[in-house]
Amino acid sequence: MVLVYSDDKKLALELLSKAHELAHELHKNVIAVTIGHEEFAKEYLEHGADIVIVAETSQHQFKAEEYTSILQTIMKDHGNEIILIGSNKNGKELAARLAAKLDAGCVMDCTKVYLLDKKLTTERIVYSGNAIAVEQFTAAPQILTIPPKVFDPLPKNEQHKGEIIKKKIDPEPSPSKILKIQEMKSEGVNVEDAEIIVSCGRGFKKKEDIKLVSDLADILKGRTVGCSRPIAADLKWLSEDHWIGLSGHKVKPKLYIACGISGQIQHIAGMRDSGVIVAINKDPEALIFKSADYGIVGDLYEVLPKLTSAIKGKLE
Amino acid sequence: MNIIVCAKQVVDVAEIKVDASTKKPILVGIPQKISDMDKNALEEAIKIKEKHGGKITILTVGAPDAKERMKELLAMGADEGVLVHPPEHADYHVNAHLLAGAIKKIGAYDIILCGEASIDMFSAQIGPRLAGLLNIPQITYAQTITVEPHKVLSERNLGEKTVSMESPFPVLLTVTKESNTPRLPSLMAILASSSKPIHEWPATGVAQEALVPKVKTIDIRGIPMQRKNIIYQNDLDVSISKLVDELGKVGVLR
Repeated sequence: MVLVYSDDKKLALELLSKAHELAHELHKNVIAVTIGHEEFAKEYLEHGADIVIVAETSQHQFKAEEYTSILQTIMKDHGNEIILIGSNKNGKELAARLAAKLDAGCVMDCTKVYLLDKKLTTERIVYSGNAIAVEQFTAAPQILTIPPKVFDPLPKNEQHKGEIIKKKIDPEPSPSKILKIQEMKSEGVNVEDAEIIVSCGRGFKKKEDIKLVSDLADILKGRTVGCSRPIAADLKWLSEDHWIGLSGHKVKPKLYIACGISGQIQHIAGMRDSGVIVAINKDPEALIFKSADYGIVGDLYEVLPKLTSAIKGKLE
Repeated sequence: MNIIVCAKQVVDVAEIKVDASTKKPILVGIPQKISDMDKNALEEAIKIKEKHGGKITILTVGAPDAKERMKELLAMGADEGVLVHPPEHADYHVNAHLLAGAIKKIGAYDIILCGEASIDMFSAQIGPRLAGLLNIPQITYAQTITVEPHKVLSERNLGEKTVSMESPFPVLLTVTKESNTPRLPSLMAILASSSKPIHEWPATGVAQEALVPKVKTIDIRGIPMQRKNIIYQNDLDVSISKLVDELGKVGVLR
């Protein structure tokens, strides 16, 4: 069985596509699990699942201890050879705890998954984006997590029929307690879906100056403002949904404009798959230029207004 | 309050160079250090100890030279260290079992602190795996930690939301880079730390049976980054007009 779980429906659909491919090669079935969301079941079937298990539980809020136990219960009945979990923060801590409980191998944040000599093989970025580790499982169960946007979901196929199994599961409650869940102040930005991203970094002297970036973004279609770690995590000038990098969002827009970003490898890891990369930095030695298609060496306070008006002229 | 801080010795990723011909990272001869977020974990431990008293044990699975790096952590304020030598082939499964075995040997504990991930591999696996093996609650991505007599309160940073949690002891927390700024030890503290013990245990001393990895690394490959690298650095107006023309030509301004 190839089992798929994510608390993020969109990500689950992406995982189903890879699960379907692996299952086909290995002559196995694809099981999709949803915890508490019966309404996802039909869509999972239409996107590659052969069986959807709807776990009905009284534990509605995510706690890794309890969700691990729910997945273990399901695996007791349905097998547990390959388990694909959506790589967000909840997914990663769930995958690792599950791996401990099953004494299983686990590879996080896989960007490629394939069979090599009939063995499940993965690739992922390590050493802060300097290298790719190619790893291979030597025993089952095999757990891996996959980040958003790595695989495209299968096209919807209403003819693809399968079975929906509802299962009441009440895991042993964890002694920990969730006291409060607070949505972070977000500007509703989704950098991962953006076609064009204009991004800012430490080259900006104060929060107000980010307007130079949003002015440029505003005249570009599919515009979005992104930023490097210091702007979101340390200075908090922008909310974390703007943050692009190894521990922020990974993006692949068709145009990425990096303004005042030095090009630390952690940032590059988040945007290296962009179509065209433009860098603006006053330091000609800045690392970002090595990762750029086009670069302008200059003071962004001078460059950005001119670039904005030049692009505006071009688009009109 | 007995606190165990898990710390990993890693290559300093900022110092990694890439071999121009093979495109592979050069990992030999690169300086080693304690992974950044493990120092954040220790800083939290020290703050807890300052308020509630207790003992901080640093637990490392690593090569013998990790001992030198562990001394920095003793200088920061940990009380003693345990260094477990791993078998030749290890993965997260093996290392988590070694940590769990060592913790059982260390004895009573209230809090285990880890970094949210290590800066070399960035898997974020060891913390939750260890909590799973020890069958204790886990609070990952903690950005604040407040210890009260019978429980710990913590805010988890999940990016789009913050989750406030509480847990009784024992509990394992993983700590984010933003949670604090790790202190720098004073010269006095560095000198005093030389008398603090670091126990070295072989893998066979902490694991019940021979541990076999479930995942093996078959290659570490370089990342090809082919970019045009056209850099304009003369007259700004000319540069901008050339750039805008190019962007138009490659079709990204449509």
